[in-house]
Parts: sequence; structure tokens; C-alpha cells
Amino acid sequence: MFNSLKEWFTEGIPIAEGTKWFVDELTDKLSFLFNPIKEHFGNFMEWMAEDVLMAIPPVVVIIVVALLAFLLSGKRLGLAAFSVVGLWLINNQGFWEQLMSTVTLVLIASLLSVIIGVPIGILMAKSKTAEAIITPVLDFMQTMPAFVYLIPAVAFFGIGMVPGVFASLIFATPPTVRFTNLGIRQVSKELVEASEAFGSTGTQKLFKVELPMAKATIMAGINQTVMLALSMVVIASMIGAPGLGREVLSALQRSNVGVGFVAGIGIVILAIIIDRFTQSMNNKGDKA
Amino acid sequence: MPIIEAKGLSKVFGKNSKQALKLLDEGLSKEDILQKTGSTVGVNRASFSVETGEIFVIMGLSGSGKSTLVRLINRLIEPTEGSIFIDGQDLAKMDKKELRQVRREKLGMVFQRFALFPNRTVLQNAEYGLEIQGVPKEERSKKAKEALEMVGLGGYIEQRPDQLSGGMQQRVGLARALANDPEVLLMDEAFSALDPLIRKDMQDELIDLQSNMKKTIIFITHDLDEALRIGDRIALMKDGSIVQIGTPEEILVNPANDYVEKFVEDVDRSKILNAGHIMKRPETINIDKHGPRVALERMREEGLSSILVVDSKRNLKGYVTADDASEARKKDVRDIHEILRTDIKKVEKDTAMQDIFTIINGSPIPVAVLENERLVGIIVRGAVIAALAGDSEVNIDNV
Repeated sequence: MFNSLKEWFTEGIPIAEGTKWFVDELTDKLSFLFNPIKEHFGNFMEWMAEDVLMAIPPVVVIIVVALLAFLLSGKRLGLAAFSVVGLWLINNQGFWEQLMSTVTLVLIASLLSVIIGVPIGILMAKSKTAEAIITPVLDFMQTMPAFVYLIPAVAFFGIGMVPGVFASLIFATPPTVRFTNLGIRQVSKELVEASEAFGSTGTQKLFKVELPMAKATIMAGINQTVMLALSMVVIASMIGAPGLGREVLSALQRSNVGVGFVAGIGIVILAIIIDRFTQSMNNKGDKA
Repeated sequence: MPIIEAKGLSKVFGKNSKQALKLLDEGLSKEDILQKTGSTVGVNRASFSVETGEIFVIMGLSGSGKSTLVRLINRLIEPTEGSIFIDGQDLAKMDKKELRQVRREKLGMVFQRFALFPNRTVLQNAEYGLEIQGVPKEERSKKAKEALEMVGLGGYIEQRPDQLSGGMQQRVGLARALANDPEVLLMDEAFSALDPLIRKDMQDELIDLQSNMKKTIIFITHDLDEALRIGDRIALMKDGSIVQIGTPEEILVNPANDYVEKFVEDVDRSKILNAGHIMKRPETINIDKHGPRVALERMREEGLSSILVVDSKRNLKGYVTADDASEARKKDVRDIHEILRTDIKKVEKDTAMQDIFTIINGSPIPVAVLENERLVGIIVRGAVIAALAGDSEVNIDNV
């Protein structure tokens, strides 16, 4: 014991070795779990991107998106017009297939983030201990450079869309967790008391009072999560995730500023549309 | 049997609650305990009982622990020590499920800032208590509508709470509590956030409601006038302890200690005190037995300038003045009837003091106080002024 302590002082604590050992062990021991995920989930996403979304003609997609934008933004034309022009431009530049891959990646990653993040946020709001443990974990997840997640992602799931989703899950889930926690804690104490005073069970209190009251805040968190997932798309292209990010990456590798710019614009357009969509869903919730 | 009974109910906020209670027993003050243990005494051994159908007011300044006390009654705050009996069952010993049942069936609560659910309509708010009990949609909407009719909001059921005024919002709060048909209503500063005029209306309506529905109401307030207006009995709190429990009259007339006295000294006493409180025992002579000589003698003994005349049944006949009696004695008049004056002012025993004020003003002789036609006392001008000033020896035994 003393010897190894002395060794650490002279030769450095083997954190890197330890982490590598841990990830290797995890990859090995949990391969029964990772392999089916890699296979089935990967197939599902490819099927969705290539067989489902690509089967719909771009014109139909553009019209549906524009209609939704029109309705969600309170029957104003701005967002609908932007969607039509933006999506048409992406198609015109020949990036439609890449767009569909990116959309698949972002939607699946966001959906999973919400499914995982909201319950964790609720847990944090309900338990001080949980909050004390989870908060530093969230800080860690958000400040660690996103590239670092790519390494275990590849170890676990190989290359392609699945490790991309995995990496963006880690990177993009924290806002949903934080905002859910915040939203529930911000519900007026008197409202919570009212619900308890009338004899609500914990579940009734959560679903009839706390979650409806926290909805706007939770939606703001989800909006953040979606945007972070999108920003992860470019990074995930480094481990073979298809989509607009891969075009940016290959343009970088070939120093082709033109293609890089066009693919980048595609991501910006997608980001604006997704952002406005999630925001107007939130506003609509407020009015109702 | 009282419907609610608290025995030694205590709440200490903080970690060393048991130790703090021990120090309380040793007689340390709230501040000392805070310094020694870091714990705050919220409620210190409150014991009281509330009878069915009574409006029981818990009054105190902010920080006196009254809001904590009301939350101990339905266990929104867990008591550190003590018992709270509802219909003979100890709430403090109940498990979660039993507690929920009691909250659903027996206790309704109305909040200071209304605590309405902003995402629900007025009707849905009133339905809340029934909804969580799993009452079918039609039945609960019927009961909620009845409760809303009762508070005069029948026409607003589809509105959102934020579309209503403060007074109307609190009516929704009241309807939400009434829809469950609870035995006891807990009202935590329910009218404090309202304008004075609306507050008064609500107080009147609450009194009406209570006399119609015979609900037991526990009402928290910091406003003494409100407490005196609506309370059948009042518990006064200071630093977490109940200082005095009594009817409004008892509290006003016989404050238990300096604190209560200080608290009540600003009250407009003319609205609360009546003739019975300030009258004195009258000096009288009997019209059938006594003549001017006795009258004069009596007045001399008592140092009066006039004396009241009654018959054997103590029915008031009038009064005689010292001048008249002296004159009559000189002329050797024996019959008191000869000098009897009848222009005396009379008030009933329960006449409010503010009304006596105008009567006694401009009356040279004391005002007679009658009960069932019989003379029970007199009021001299000095007594009215002294009572208004608040430093008189008013006697509750007269009441």
C-alpha cells in the first residue's frame, strides 16, 4: 500500500490507465447488451432515415412542415415561409438525404434524452440527496469536451448512428434534467400545499399540479436539449454518423470551403426550424 | 365532544428539535433556543379544543406561529410532538393513507393567496378535491357547481382564475373547499389579501354561510377587528404559544397579560362594549315605601344629586333630584309622587356603546339601563369616556 502510494507520487496516479481498463471491462462485460443495441437500433435508425423519410417526396415534407409551422406559430406566415425556402434550398443543393439522416439522429437522440431526462429531473426535485448527487454529474457531463464521449461510444457501439446517439445523449440530456428539476421546485408552495391539503397522492400531485405548472420551464429545457443534440451532429460525424455533419467534416478534410459553407447553412436552417418549432409548442402550452 | 382537540402540539424547525423542546421545558425563550441549538420554535405546546359548528379564530402577529399551527392541524407540517384529535382520532399517529382519507373527507382548506390552479377553469378548480377521490365526472361537476352557486359564482364556471378579481378568486377557493363537504374548514388568512371593503363582505358571507351550513371553521388572521367580528372564540398567539383563549368579550375585557392588553388597546372599543359592560349598580328608593326624607338621606350618603325611583318589582318609575327632595322636606310633603320626574333617558342592557354616546351627551343625569323593563344599572358620563379610553375597570360579570 505504502509502496504504491509512493509510486503514485513519483510516477503519477494512473487515472488514464484506470479509465481505459474500466471502459474495456465495460465493453467486454456488457457486450451482450451493447451488441443487440448496436445491431437492432442501428438497423431501425437506418430504416427510418433511408426507407421511411427518403420514401416521402421532398415536396410533401416541405408542405407538411410549412403547414405545421403555420399552425404552431399562431397562423402567421413567417416561420412557414422560412421553412419552405430553407428546405427547398437544402434540397436544391443536393443535401436532402443527409438532411434526413441528421433529422433522424437529432429526433431520436432528443426523444431519448427527454425520456431519460424528465424522470431524473423529477427525482432530483423530490429528493435533496438525489439533487446533491446528480448536480455534479450533470456539470461533469456538460463541461467535458464532447469529443471525449466519442471514444467510449466507439468502443461500445462501433461506428455509425448508434454511437452518435449515445454521445449526444450524454451531451444533450443535462438541460432537460436541470429544467425539469427547476420547474418543479419553482411551483408555488401554496399550490403544492393546496393539492396536499385536499388529499392528493404523490402521483396525483405530480401529474395534476407539479408537471402542468412546470411545463413551460421543462419545455425550455427540452428546447435546449434539441439544440445541443443538433450541435452534436457535426461532432458525431467523426465516428461515422451520416448526415450534414459528415459533409462539413469531409469539406474540412479537403479544405473545400464552398461545400463546407453550404452544408453548414443546411445545419443552421434546420436549427432555426427546430428551435422555433419547440418554442412555439411551449408558447401554445402557455395560452391553453 | 369537541370535533378538534390539540394537546401539547409543538413544532420545532431544525435539526435539534428534541433538544430544543427540552430547553423550552426549562423555560428558555425562543431566541435563546435559536442561539443554542439553531432550531426555531414554530409552535410551542398548543392545546385547545374546537367545538362542532363554532368559528374558532387563531390570531397573532406575523411570526407568532399561527400559520404553522393551522398546518399542524392537517399535518401539512409534521408535528414534532403532541397530538391532534379529529373526531377522537389522533392525526399525528396516522399513516399516509389514513391521513389522506381524513384530508379528503373531513378537512377543507382555504389559502391566503388563493392557491388556485391557474391551468384549470373555475369549475375544474372546484372539482379538484372530488376529482382526486375518483368521483365520476358528472357527480363531481354537479357538486362543484352547487358549491360555486353557494358562493355566488354560478355564472363564471368556464373562466380561468386569473380572469377574476381577488374577491372572486377567493370565492373559488372557498367553493373548492366546500365542494368536498368537509366537517372542518381551515382558513389561513383567507381574507387578508383582499381590499378592506371586499374583506368585510366576505366576513359577513362567511358568517351567513356558517350559520346555514353549520361548518366548523378554524380561521387564522392577524387582524384583531376581523377576529372580533367573526370569531365565536379567539386564541391569541405569541412566539408560538397560545397566550389566551376566550370569547371576543373575554379577550377585550379581561386581557390575560400585558401582551394581550397591548394587542387589544387599539381596538375600537365602542363597537364591542355595550351598556352592560360599563353600567354601575344603581342607587334607588322604593316608590311604595320611601318618602323624600329617605331619598335625601340616601343621596347625602352616596354624594349624589339625584336618585332613581323604582317599585317593588324594580320597574323604573323615574327619579328625584336633591333640590326637589329638600324643598319637599321643608314643606313637609310625604308623598314621593309629588316630586317624581320621569324625563329620564333609558337604554337596553345590550345597547352598543357607540349608541349610548349620543344619548348620554346632553343628559345631565345618569342614563338608566333596563333589562326586560327592570332597572339593572346606571351609566354616568365619566364611565363612557373611561371605557373608550380603555383604562376603566369594566366588569365582565355584569354581562
